[in-house]
Amino acid sequence: MTALTILFDGVAYGMLLFVLASGLAVTLGLMNFVNLAHGAFAMAGGYACVILVNRLGLPFFAALPLAFVAAALIGAVLERLLYRHLYGRSHLDQVLFTIGLVFMSVTATDYLMGSQQVFVQIPDYLRSQIDVFGLGVGRYRLMIIVICGLLTVALQLILGRTRFGSRLRAAVDDPRAATGLGINVGQVFALTFAFGSGLAGLGGALGAEILGLDPYFPLKFMIYFLIVVSVGGTSTITGPFMASLLLGVADVAGKYYVPKLGAFVIYALMIVILIWRPNGLFGRTATR
Amino acid sequence: MMFVRTPRLSRRLALGSLIGAAALVSVPAFAEDTVKIGLIVPMTGGQASTGKQIDNAIKLYMQQNGDTVAGKKIEVILKDDAALPDNTKRLTQELIVNDKVNVIAGFGVTPAALAAAPLATQAKVLEVVMAAGTSIITEKSPYITRTSFTLPQSSTVIADWAVKNGIQTVATLTSDYAPGNDALASFKEHFEGGGGKIVEEIKVPLANPDFAPFLQRMKDAKPDAMFVFVPAGQGGNFMKQYVERGLDKSGIKVIGPGDVMDDDLLNNMGEAAEGVVTAHIYSAAHPSQKNKDFVAAYQKAYGVRPGFMAVGGYDGIHLIYEALKKTGGKADGDSLIAAVKGMAWESPRGPISIDPETRDIVQNVYIRKVQKGADGQLYNVEFATFGPIKDPGKATKK
Amino acid sequence: MTAIPHEAMGRQLVAAARWRPAEWVFWLFAAATVLLFPDRYLILTEVAWLGLFALSLDLILGYAGIVSLGHAAFFGIGAYSAGLLAKHGLINEPVLALVVAGFAAAVVGFLTSFLVMRGSDLTRLMVTLAIALVLRELANRFSDITGGFDGLQGITVAPVLGLFEFDLFGKVGYIYCLSVLFLLFVLARRIVHSPFGLSLRAIRNNPLRAAAIGIPVNRRLIWIYTVAAFYAGVAGALFTQSSAIASLDVFAFDRSADLMLVLVIGGTGYLYGGLIGAAIFKLLQQEVSSLTPQYWQFWIGLVLVVIVLLGRQRIESAVTFVPRRIARLFGKEIAALPGGEAP
Repeated sequence: MTALTILFDGVAYGMLLFVLASGLAVTLGLMNFVNLAHGAFAMAGGYACVILVNRLGLPFFAALPLAFVAAALIGAVLERLLYRHLYGRSHLDQVLFTIGLVFMSVTATDYLMGSQQVFVQIPDYLRSQIDVFGLGVGRYRLMIIVICGLLTVALQLILGRTRFGSRLRAAVDDPRAATGLGINVGQVFALTFAFGSGLAGLGGALGAEILGLDPYFPLKFMIYFLIVVSVGGTSTITGPFMASLLLGVADVAGKYYVPKLGAFVIYALMIVILIWRPNGLFGRTATR
Repeated sequence: MMFVRTPRLSRRLALGSLIGAAALVSVPAFAEDTVKIGLIVPMTGGQASTGKQIDNAIKLYMQQNGDTVAGKKIEVILKDDAALPDNTKRLTQELIVNDKVNVIAGFGVTPAALAAAPLATQAKVLEVVMAAGTSIITEKSPYITRTSFTLPQSSTVIADWAVKNGIQTVATLTSDYAPGNDALASFKEHFEGGGGKIVEEIKVPLANPDFAPFLQRMKDAKPDAMFVFVPAGQGGNFMKQYVERGLDKSGIKVIGPGDVMDDDLLNNMGEAAEGVVTAHIYSAAHPSQKNKDFVAAYQKAYGVRPGFMAVGGYDGIHLIYEALKKTGGKADGDSLIAAVKGMAWESPRGPISIDPETRDIVQNVYIRKVQKGADGQLYNVEFATFGPIKDPGKATKK
Repeated sequence: MTAIPHEAMGRQLVAAARWRPAEWVFWLFAAATVLLFPDRYLILTEVAWLGLFALSLDLILGYAGIVSLGHAAFFGIGAYSAGLLAKHGLINEPVLALVVAGFAAAVVGFLTSFLVMRGSDLTRLMVTLAIALVLRELANRFSDITGGFDGLQGITVAPVLGLFEFDLFGKVGYIYCLSVLFLLFVLARRIVHSPFGLSLRAIRNNPLRAAAIGIPVNRRLIWIYTVAAFYAGVAGALFTQSSAIASLDVFAFDRSADLMLVLVIGGTGYLYGGLIGAAIFKLLQQEVSSLTPQYWQFWIGLVLVVIVLLGRQRIESAVTFVPRRIARLFGKEIAALPGGEAP
């Protein structure tokens, strides 16, 4: 029974990681931009949720979409002002630039919100566990699985089936040809970036309860996001999704069964996977 | 290759030397009638809230008591070590050598306090530890004194209390670093000595956002209570997950040193925290006039409730002021450490003193239960007092 | 390339390996800091070992094109080796301990080099990162040896060569670090200008072509990776010896990431980049953080963002504008001296 609980927790954790990291998979995989500041958008969403719920008294479920919107707006503004100038630059420039942004966001948040951990006041009916045939199921985690599951399906549909998705892929594969076909490449990129940031924001709002939220969030979880993206590969959205689940389950199970080894399990697993499949589990070479 | 570019060598060299030279030239100011205190605390990084509380409390104290004592002007030089011991060491050394500070103070974590210890000895400078809580710190230099607390102080008291109050089996969850190990060792000694049984012992890595799997282990072990030590700042996250996992309903109580119920975070924890019993040296609800004034002033100045880290800073600067009064303004390490020994005063936390033998703090430990106060906020309400207690970590060694 | 006759190319390579006046000036200035800034030895010591550490990354990144976000792995091995050797009195003499620590790191570098030979840049970044993190977890796990989170306590470093004791002012520490830096720099300079170094650059520029003309690509990369690990290990050992501290954060991700920043600020592929980047980064950090201990990271972040947005080359030419003018007055055109050869 315990093993099932562990599995459930791991899946919930993994789903959350996926929502947090999916935006990064899109910017890196499709737009070829290394955005280490991705976690900053998640943090922005988390703090937006804290302000809306704790200070303004909005219901939690009303605050979630607003957290998405807030992070997406910040993403859109930054993309138009700053990021778009860097699409053509080297990855090293992008790393330098986005690490700079992380430092600034961390300190600005510290200045505005204080350095202590904050929590979203979630409604009482989401606290505690329910008993499903003797299996302890955390309600909040159950909610995360439902929301993140729906998001994953929606994301897959948007990228694969809609006009916007095909435009995006066209814009990525050959910006010049896409422009020639009448696609506004700049706009497509901006929308994609904003959407990815919004997803991170939503993830941040959902994750505040489980991961904890403080100004150092973008730095603490940067590694996890990178693991998801590199292990999953960036050519599909299924790759990072599976990688997130794997990471989530391995992390939770590792801590339960071998608590002394801590995060060792994850890192070791990552090395093995990347040696075995250098482009990620679902990387381009793997699918070919 | 995208990662590689080859710049012009000479131009680079010129640029580097220019900037280097510009940044190196700075003139340290130095005056005879000032006593300089080098305050080294983490102001950035995961431990930043510790440093901020200490810094706030010291500023508050100096506002209340003026910045002159025994004819000397007090100057505090704040440095951020981000809780990294190599930073602490370098900053301490620079403060002593370049700024000629008379006192070094602060130290958010044990490794930081230890890194500074040999320098305090070498330069004969008073080191006032205001936060770090491992027992051995004060033994590392004859110039170290402490105004925070040691973990054995609170852990042994809660162990004795648990034994007396019918708790027979305990599972422990402690952060895996020196203070956590101190807490575990002294709790274990007293609890098992009193006839209790420890059924599960888990050390969690220090930087760990997700307690869920560890809590699942706790739940499976089915103890009467779980003994918890996590460093200041992580308590909120822990309590959230404790409730989420339904441990509150399964009748496993939380006990521990008071760090987990830090006043700083308590109010955010929600009702789950109500009823948790901890042993600690300070509560913002301590019913003395001195404390009421302190809490009111701190809240007015900074908008938040002071936690035990703030009190450590407040008492630390008070100790320095009083020692200077006693030495008539003489600020060398030998005079100051001599003045500090045996000093006793009324702190916001209650009566405290400095043990003349070990230079460590002697204080009461209070057993408290989290309850809603008159203002609807959560407080640690003290209901039993033990003490005054010397650091048991040293007593057992002898 | 093909237009240059064989002989001329040979001459060009010899010319590239010759010490330039600007380099003499650089090292004279470095030596002069010992006399010029007696109250800044501690930060200068950090600049020295960080510079060596960055030099090590430059060897693999700038000359062989291997990216790494986990270079702290070797720094950490060096630091703990030096710490353990000193603590248990196994090797008391610091210089010897330094070499041993370097070799310990080199062994780990050699063993892990096989893991980083495959994959894209992203894969390499993540594998190197994971190696450093695994080592960090191991150091935490075996806390009875390493002291765990609390770090290795009770390290006392014996006098250098049995003669010069580390002092409170950090003078001996600084001269020691600077000397080691200089020696290893000269060695690195020889390596990159040797045929071996040239073959590395060929690999960096086009691995396929390099393989086609008969360069054993993997073997060369494994070699330079191991050498870089040695350098990083020595830097770590210098860190421990000059501060008498070894704690878990020697393996930390931040250290590797900062290192990347240092090297990028200074520029890759000409050896001095790491040293200059280290000086700029450390001094900037020190100055800003003493102005605003709480919010210094913001300004560092802003500087990084501005550097990238304005473009690194443009800033360089702006800052060196005045010195170039002055140099021209004296009839010498410093900036016109041939720099490193174009990739």
